[in-house]
Amino acid sequence: MGALLLAESSVLAPAPSVAWWGLVPLIVLVAGAVILLTITSLAKNLPSWFAAAYTVGIGVATFCAVIPPWTRVHHHGAISTLSGMYGVDGFSLFITAVLACSVVLAALLGVGYLEREGIRGIEFYVLLLLSAAGGVVMAGANDLIILFLGLEALSLAVYVLAAMNLRRTQSQEAGIKYFVLGAFSSAFFLYGIALVYGATGSTNLAVIKTFLATRVVADETMLFIGFALLLVGLAFKVAAAPFHSWTPDVYQGSPSPVVAYMASGVKAAGFAGMIRVFVVGFGQYADTWQPAIYALAVLTLLVGSILAVRQTDVKRMLAYSSISHAGFLLVAVEAATPKGVSAAVFYLAAYTFMVAGSFGVVTVVGNGHRGRHDLSSYKSLAKERPALAFAFTIFLFAQAGVPFTTGFFAKFSVISASVDASSYWLAIVAMVSSVIGAFLYLRIVLTMYLDDHHDTGSVAVAAKRPVPFGAMVVIGVCVLVTLGFGIVPGIIENLARDAVPVLVSAATSAVG
Amino acid sequence: MTFAVDAPTTDWYLMLSAVLFSLGALGLLVRRNPLVMFMCVELMLNAVNITFVAIGRELKDVGGQLAVFFVLVVAAAEVVVGLAIIVTIIRRRPGANADDISVLKG
Repeated sequence: MGALLLAESSVLAPAPSVAWWGLVPLIVLVAGAVILLTITSLAKNLPSWFAAAYTVGIGVATFCAVIPPWTRVHHHGAISTLSGMYGVDGFSLFITAVLACSVVLAALLGVGYLEREGIRGIEFYVLLLLSAAGGVVMAGANDLIILFLGLEALSLAVYVLAAMNLRRTQSQEAGIKYFVLGAFSSAFFLYGIALVYGATGSTNLAVIKTFLATRVVADETMLFIGFALLLVGLAFKVAAAPFHSWTPDVYQGSPSPVVAYMASGVKAAGFAGMIRVFVVGFGQYADTWQPAIYALAVLTLLVGSILAVRQTDVKRMLAYSSISHAGFLLVAVEAATPKGVSAAVFYLAAYTFMVAGSFGVVTVVGNGHRGRHDLSSYKSLAKERPALAFAFTIFLFAQAGVPFTTGFFAKFSVISASVDASSYWLAIVAMVSSVIGAFLYLRIVLTMYLDDHHDTGSVAVAAKRPVPFGAMVVIGVCVLVTLGFGIVPGIIENLARDAVPVLVSAATSAVG
Repeated sequence: MTFAVDAPTTDWYLMLSAVLFSLGALGLLVRRNPLVMFMCVELMLNAVNITFVAIGRELKDVGGQLAVFFVLVVAAAEVVVGLAIIVTIIRRRPGANADDISVLKG
């Protein structure tokens, strides 16, 4: 808050120093979006691929811009800047890189989709960049109000993206459902901030952490209600049961490239916020909030894997699978240890590529079926398009956690973090639900590979359409990442381990 | 929590804010008109603003009042996006309420 008061009291207080070097990735994203808007409103006759290529360029630039601060933080330690409002540490930089990847992948998927649906304009790309900027703010927020602003910047853009396809009623329905429930959950989150502010006297996470560690909270009820409301708000965003009811509808109705971003980018930002608030800020009160997250995790894992069984629409199936992945991430958050955070971060990075690849395949297959995604559309896909079916099989196996994929190491590290934190029953529930979840993935794989003769007409139509270049790149890159880092996971694992200890110390040294 | 005082205390404002927030939440769950549901969200956000101001005054901290400005900006942005989405739906199906918007289920 102090930064805003300086306008009138600059004589008394020194201006806060701004560590610009740590904000470069954020600046690249925001400036990239604004410049794209300016260019396209001045120059009318740009080729249709320009905006996509530009967005991919900005995404790659953001990813590259993460590297110098990363090495600096690695050698000189994490800092917080803007009067302790924004933390530049391994954690926020890692999540920034994940968000940059998901922007690049979604933009590449978007080209073919927008062309096919006849949507003109660059709104998709601008909103994608701005939403990712909101996510970056969330990942680095050291103040609850900043976290709220980041959350809203992230969400508002995605509400519009979900409702983007004006020709489909489904898309608008997804948009309004996501909007109403999203705004509802934001209000809960905000009320949580207000109550925590009332109980601790600050919205700054570092100040709150010191307060909780050194003083006795006078009004513990207020603090705990605040925790609960913050958790409800974040659980809505990351699609944790029992706040998951919007997920299948929104995933089914929204354009597939947008869903790829929702499942990877929005989830990463949501969990980044959750880890920052609970594991870092309220770490002192872990005994209080851990049971709540424990219950959420169990419920989410079971709902995600069991309800998926009776779905017939592939996008809905993937929505339930995304809920069960949220359950795994909650297991990692519940551990409330550096190892748990590192497991969550690794999971988010691996999941981004698995889910972007999956929705890449869904975009391509939906292409030949006028936007419908019934399981029957995937019948004998292996015969018509062996490469596509093979790639989808890899993504689904990775999501199921089969060895030699990143998914296996992601689940393995989450479960081992949970066992280390002595949450044995939670680890067992996670393993059982991953076995139940495997049924869903196998069902899709079997449908693709088992030949069913009575439905060849629609497949023939699908086979005629060429795979868009962007989708081809996405699927290729995701297969490479999922298999490559699945066989040699060391690099991401080391980076994820680096993303952690810095995070934990960031809040303690963040004041000033 | 004593109510037998002349001037309203901070607790009164916190109670008022809690009641308004609950009314908003209840309204959103009960009402079926998208516009009214949207107004309920605004009610919830503004109920939180009362909490912020009341606590800021109690703690003699200007941060609580500053938070309100951020919330107002966010609420305004939400209005812009929300109304746009509602208008596109109403244009396609005049008079639609939340129960009509149900193509997606399963």
